[in-house]
Amino acid sequence: MDQFLEFISSNLQLFYILILAIFIGFELIKNVPTVLHTPLMSGANALSGVVIVGAILVMLQSNPEDYLALSLGFIAVVLGIINVVGGFAVTDRMLQMFKKKK
Amino acid sequence: MSITLSILYLIATVTFVVGLKMLGHPETAKKGNLTSAIGMGVAIVGTILLAEKEVPTIIYILIGSAIAVGGIIGWIIAIKVEMTKMPELVSLFNGFGGASALLIGIVEFNKNIGVDSSEKASISIIATIIAAIIIGSITFTGSLVAWAKLNGSMNDIRFPKYNLINNILFIGLVAFATYIAVLNTDSAILMYGLLAASLVYGFLFVVPIGGADMPVVISLLNSLTGIAAAITGILYNNMVMLVGGILVGSAGLILTFAMCKAMNRSLASVIFGAFGGADVAAG
Repeated sequence: MDQFLEFISSNLQLFYILILAIFIGFELIKNVPTVLHTPLMSGANALSGVVIVGAILVMLQSNPEDYLALSLGFIAVVLGIINVVGGFAVTDRMLQMFKKKK
Repeated sequence: MSITLSILYLIATVTFVVGLKMLGHPETAKKGNLTSAIGMGVAIVGTILLAEKEVPTIIYILIGSAIAVGGIIGWIIAIKVEMTKMPELVSLFNGFGGASALLIGIVEFNKNIGVDSSEKASISIIATIIAAIIIGSITFTGSLVAWAKLNGSMNDIRFPKYNLINNILFIGLVAFATYIAVLNTDSAILMYGLLAASLVYGFLFVVPIGGADMPVVISLLNSLTGIAAAITGILYNNMVMLVGGILVGSAGLILTFAMCKAMNRSLASVIFGAFGGADVAAG
């Protein structure tokens, strides 16, 4: 419990950011037209690919002899970038279809 | 972290917020997507080029080839796929994101807690790593099941009393995770046990849900991937991951509710009701 309280007090800024970001996310998506639900889901999915930054950090921080960490990091970067590039590209295609319909 | 990189992360974070906002309006949606994509590119390039310590060239080569390989694969899949198959593709991509988070969790477990660590990690670091592993695993298998179901390659499978089984498994998972965190263990076996249990839970969680409800589930899993990204962001004290991940987490959750509402269903009936494809399963 002490450790937990210590964690909160030493990361107080983090919690402020966390809570404010949650509210921004809520507000951004409120009252979005139904037709945009799927592209929005796809766009948000591409954004969640930001996890690739962590995968790159894993590789940057690994020892060149640490083959396990490097290969896991390599796979993580490949999967993460597929999520990012594929996600944004698919969203773009969805929205293109949208335009033609209009 | 260099100040330049911090500023680049700040810019990227702003593009995520603005991009999501623009994505919510039909006229600006396309530009919004592009805005976020540029911000993501800035964050990725900045992370690689502005590393704080000396990094051997071989690692740069590895990172570069990983990005080239994955980028080309992602691009080709996204461009080639038929329009009707897009929701399942989103699910597949989402599963990849979850897998990425789970792999980061495993490496960090080895580095901070397991074999390679020199000192005991604090409980907050252990909890963060464990959370990344659990959530990453659940979204990975869950998204793959959702993808396979929309693909038509997997039917709804309902075990008797699957709700009860899933809920017990979920409580067990949380208890197991708490146990590992409190125990402050360095046992890789326990960690891999938790990993396996989370993978199984992700599978069982989505398997009974009917095909018609799948978009809602994908949105929910997408929200979870965002949370996994945010948790890994805490691990690296990385603001763009933290804020980007949380944005996806909360926006994804609201979107999930909005999609349920559009279908006149409650989230509980989607997850626990499982009658979206009941007639198919019965036939």
